[in-house]
Amino acid sequence: MKILVGVKRVIDYNVKVRVKSDNTDVDLSNTKMAINPFCEIAVEEAIRLKEAGIATEVIAVSVGSSASQEQLRTAMALGADRAILVEAEGTVEPLHVAKAFAKIMDQEDAGLVILGKQSIDSDNNQVGQMLAALTKRPQGTFASNVTVDGDSVSVTREIDGGLRTVKLALPAIVTTDLRLNEPRFAKLPDIMKAKRKPLDNTSFADLGIEVKQHIQLDKVEAPATRQGGVKVGSVDELIQKLKDEAKVI
Amino acid sequence: MATLLIAEHNGKELAPATLSALTAAQQIGSDITVLVAGADVKVVADAVAQCAGVSKVLLAEGDSLAHDLAENLSELVVSMASDYSYIMAPANSVSKDTMPRVAALLDVGQLSDITAVLSGDQFQRPIYAGNAIATVTSKDATKVITVRAAAFDKVATTGGSATVESISAPEANSNSSWVSDELSKSERPELTAAERIVSGGRGVGSAENFALVEALADKLGAAVGASRAAVDSGFVANDLQVGQTGKIVAPSLYMAFGISGAIQHLAGMKDSKVIVAINKDEDAPIFQVADYGLVGDLFEILPEMTEKL
Repeated sequence: MKILVGVKRVIDYNVKVRVKSDNTDVDLSNTKMAINPFCEIAVEEAIRLKEAGIATEVIAVSVGSSASQEQLRTAMALGADRAILVEAEGTVEPLHVAKAFAKIMDQEDAGLVILGKQSIDSDNNQVGQMLAALTKRPQGTFASNVTVDGDSVSVTREIDGGLRTVKLALPAIVTTDLRLNEPRFAKLPDIMKAKRKPLDNTSFADLGIEVKQHIQLDKVEAPATRQGGVKVGSVDELIQKLKDEAKVI
Repeated sequence: MATLLIAEHNGKELAPATLSALTAAQQIGSDITVLVAGADVKVVADAVAQCAGVSKVLLAEGDSLAHDLAENLSELVVSMASDYSYIMAPANSVSKDTMPRVAALLDVGQLSDITAVLSGDQFQRPIYAGNAIATVTSKDATKVITVRAAAFDKVATTGGSATVESISAPEANSNSSWVSDELSKSERPELTAAERIVSGGRGVGSAENFALVEALADKLGAAVGASRAAVDSGFVANDLQVGQTGKIVAPSLYMAFGISGAIQHLAGMKDSKVIVAINKDEDAPIFQVADYGLVGDLFEILPEMTEKL
């Protein structure tokens, strides 16, 4: 079966974001960009399923600006066979991305779609669930273990209070949690080889998707900063401050 | 302007996060219906009916709703959606799983994790691990919203007198089935509802050493939390993780032992009322957000604090 894997280009997770002075958005100019960490885990899982002989082909898909090609090349260097970029400028909403994936999932006749559970920029945690809804397929979100068995997949999910295992009929949509796997690093020869792997360009219009704005971004502000605290010298002083000053114990 | 709010519960008790989501719902409008869905949850519905500000409680009981499967729960919510302009839930692992499915089936966008209601269609929500606050306007007729409980006060659990009405559960989706649960057992307060939290990071060193953190937590009647490093090292179960991708908490007191204070961890706890940091590295970023910092060895400080409290 074919596996589709989602890749989003986001700000590197170590970079502290700055809000633009006109409060229209965060400032991403000259910022280090990378694959969203949860997408890296999704790519890794897809490649492992190929190495295990379960997947026949792994297709990396990204929706975003042409610069996202860089992240798709990285996914191919890690082991994806080919890539599709749905080129879109400006703000792309989760529902638009889900619609694009639904079309591609259908076109490619994919048996499994693996996405990250959330992107670390917009923190929405929506695309996988929306894709499952649009395709009327089952979903295994926040996965920490994935086992494909014939025409179904068992997914162990991280839920509040512990773990829950569900069994889903394929095709299915899985979103990755942090503990699903440890992504590998791309090796130099693989990075060279990835340059020759096919990367197809398409767009919302080509896929026949009407992009309607659902959520408008009005303003972006820096969060309120905390008052600078004090350092205490001993446990006794700390306990005394917590009791008398903060009154929390 | 009717609102449908999906209650969070564990089958026996209403989760406090629902009370916070009720506050957010009240800031939007007054006609609030609460949906209680599950296998055997009459007791939860009766508790919701007593809560302030609830107009009506709908009780949906059935095997298909037993294990919070998003396929079944979203089916139920969508079948009722035409009567409501707002579909809301506290942000938890069930609603994060189900609500985007509801939104897509209704062909609308979803607002995740709102922290403020500015008007009937304008809201605030944190982005970039809480390092920026976005003000957004929903342009959809039906608004699907999850609420960050830590950002809203709780309504009173008494004073209400809503009626409880039973509705039928949907058929189970044949493509998805529950297999098993492996839930962590704990006598301590639930992390997201706790007034006090004692958290440990990589600096705690081992699963055995975490007993020191637990001892202090028990002394304070606090919940135990952890950083991702502590979870990944196997010191504690992953449902104790506080941060961007774990639990978001805002207790009165948050004590961080051996936690450096990475962006991703701060995203989960920086709205706590009082933050205390104990770290041997005086340059650790956690000290920049801590109200009280103590530089030193947590293996000496933890037992000393536990003894002196």
